[in-house]
Amino acid sequence: MEMREMFALEIEKAMLKNENIVILNADLAKPNGFGELSKKYPERVINVGIAEQNMACVAAGMSSYGFIPFICTFTPFATRRICDQIAVSICYANQNVKIIGTDPGISAEYNGGTHMSVEDVGVLRSIPNIVIFEPTDNIQLKNMLPQILNYEGPLYIRMFRKKTSDIFDSTEKFDLFKSKVIKEGKDISVFCSGIMVEETLKANQVLEEEGIDAEIINIHTWKPIDKESILKSAGKTGGVVTVENHNIIGGLNSAVAEVLSEGCPVPVRSIGIKDVFCQQVGKMLYLKEVYHTTEKDIVLAVKKCLKLKA
Amino acid sequence: MDLKSKCLEVRKNILLELGTLGVGHIGGSLSIVELLVVLYNNHMRVDPHNPKLQGRDRLVVSKGHSGPAVYAVLCQMGYFPKAWLETLNKPGTNLPSHCDMNRTPGVDMTTGSLGQGFSCAVGIALASKLKKDGAYIYSIVGDGESQEGQIWESAMLASHHRLNNLIAFTDRNNLQLDGKTEDICKIEPLDEKWKSFGFNVITVQNGNSCSEVDEAIRKAKKATSPTMIILNTVKGCGVDFAESAGASNHSMTISEGLYKDALKKLEGKL
Repeated sequence: MEMREMFALEIEKAMLKNENIVILNADLAKPNGFGELSKKYPERVINVGIAEQNMACVAAGMSSYGFIPFICTFTPFATRRICDQIAVSICYANQNVKIIGTDPGISAEYNGGTHMSVEDVGVLRSIPNIVIFEPTDNIQLKNMLPQILNYEGPLYIRMFRKKTSDIFDSTEKFDLFKSKVIKEGKDISVFCSGIMVEETLKANQVLEEEGIDAEIINIHTWKPIDKESILKSAGKTGGVVTVENHNIIGGLNSAVAEVLSEGCPVPVRSIGIKDVFCQQVGKMLYLKEVYHTTEKDIVLAVKKCLKLKA
Repeated sequence: MDLKSKCLEVRKNILLELGTLGVGHIGGSLSIVELLVVLYNNHMRVDPHNPKLQGRDRLVVSKGHSGPAVYAVLCQMGYFPKAWLETLNKPGTNLPSHCDMNRTPGVDMTTGSLGQGFSCAVGIALASKLKKDGAYIYSIVGDGESQEGQIWESAMLASHHRLNNLIAFTDRNNLQLDGKTEDICKIEPLDEKWKSFGFNVITVQNGNSCSEVDEAIRKAKKATSPTMIILNTVKGCGVDFAESAGASNHSMTISEGLYKDALKKLEGKL
C-alpha cells in the first residue's frame, strides 16, 4: 500500500475518535491521498487553495482554538516557502500544528529540481520548538501516529507518498524520540533514515559478505535527535556513516556530526545530496545513481571510514 | 468612566509604557486607542479574570507592533496590574513590543511578522464556526500591512467560507515606517479591493471617534459575509509630538521632557 493511502486510512480512524483533528490542503489534497476524505468530511478536511502561507497561519489559528490541524503539501512548499509562518505563528507561538511535507529529496522524481527539496530539514532544524520525523515505512508511520497525536506542539512529518518496502515487522514497537537499532554490529555505525534505510540494508548484505559487521540504526526523528544512542554506538564502533535523502548540509549528517563533535569525535562519512540542486529528472533508481546515494556508494563510504578509523 | 475618559487614560498608559522606556512604536499604538476601548467596553465577550475562557470573543492584532496600545487597554480592563506597564520591553517583562499570546494575559495570538495575524484570525473564525460557539473574531490590520500578499490569501478564504463572525479593521492612518503608503506602494482604492474580495466594507470617516467606531461594529454584526471596517485614523493621534513627527512616529525616541510634557497635556484634558 502507498504511504499516503495508509496515512489517510489511519488519520480517518483517529478523526472518528478525536473531533479536533482537521486536515488542511493547498490544492494537493488528491496527490497527497486526502481526496476521498475531503468528500467525506468537507468541514474537517479543508482546501485553502494555492496559498501555503495562509494555510500555515489558518492552522495556527485553529490550533489556538483547540484543534489539531495537519497541513499537507509537497516538502518545498511545506517548509522553505512558509518558513517564517512556521517560525513565528506555529513554533514561536507553540501551536499544536502538524506539518506533512511529501516527496522529500529525490522522491519528487519527474517533478524535477523545483520540487526536489534537499533543504527542507535544513530550513526547519534551526527553528526552535519543532519535532522533525521521517518515517521509514508504513508500519513505522502507523505505529508512530498515536504518539504524534499525543505530542502537543509543532511537528514535521517528512513523508514519502508512494509505495515503500516493509522494512519492519508489523509487531515492531517504536518510540518517537528513540532511534531504532535495526542491526547491532561492532565495526562501524551506519545512521540512516527514510527511503535510504532500504538502500543501507542492501549495502549491508555486501558488507556482511566481506566480513564487515556494521551497526545499523534508523534515526527516524532528526530533531530532537537521540544523542544517547548515537554516542553509545559511535563509542562502540569508532566510525560513523550517515545516509540520508537530503543535503548533507543541514540534515541528518549535520545533526549527527553536531552530537559526535561534542561527545565522541570519530571519523564520519556522509551519503546524501552533496550541496547541489537536483536538476536531473527521472525515477529514483536513476537519481540515486546521479547523486551517489546507491548501495554501492554506501559500501564505499563505509570502507573509507574504516580506513580512517584505522 | 465614560469612553472618552477611558481613551484619555489609555493614552496616558501608552505614554507611561513608552515614556518610561524612552523609545517605541507610539504612532500605530495611539491611532487605534478608540477602537480598542470600544471593542473591550462595548463588544467583546471576555473575562479579564479568566483570559482563556472558552467561546470568548477574540482579538488578533495583526499589526503586532501596536502591543503597547493593547497592553494599555488590557491593564485598564483588569487583566494585570498597572505596575506591569512600566516593565514594557525591560528584562523579564510580560509585555514585549509585539503581541505574544504566551506571555501576556488577554492576548489571543502572537503577532509581529506582518500579514500572518490576520490569516490566523481567519483560522480562528473558521474554528469558531466549526465549534458553533457564536464567538466574534476581531482583527486589526495595518494599512501598510495590506501590502503583504498573505492578507489577500486570507481574505479570499474568509470570503469563500462566509465567515461573518470575522470583523476586521484597517488602521488607515496613511503612514508606514518609510513614509506615506500611497508614495511607497499604493493600496487605494482599499474599499474597492475588499469589496471585490467579497467583504462587507464599512468606511468610518473618523476612526478616532468612539461613537462612529461603535456604530460600524454594530452594523458589521448584522452582515452575512466577513466585514472590513476601514478606520480613517491619525497616526500618533492625541499626542502632539507624535502626531507632528509624521511617519517617523512609527517607532521613535521619546525624551523625558517630551514624555512629561505630553502627560501633563493629557492630564489637563481629563
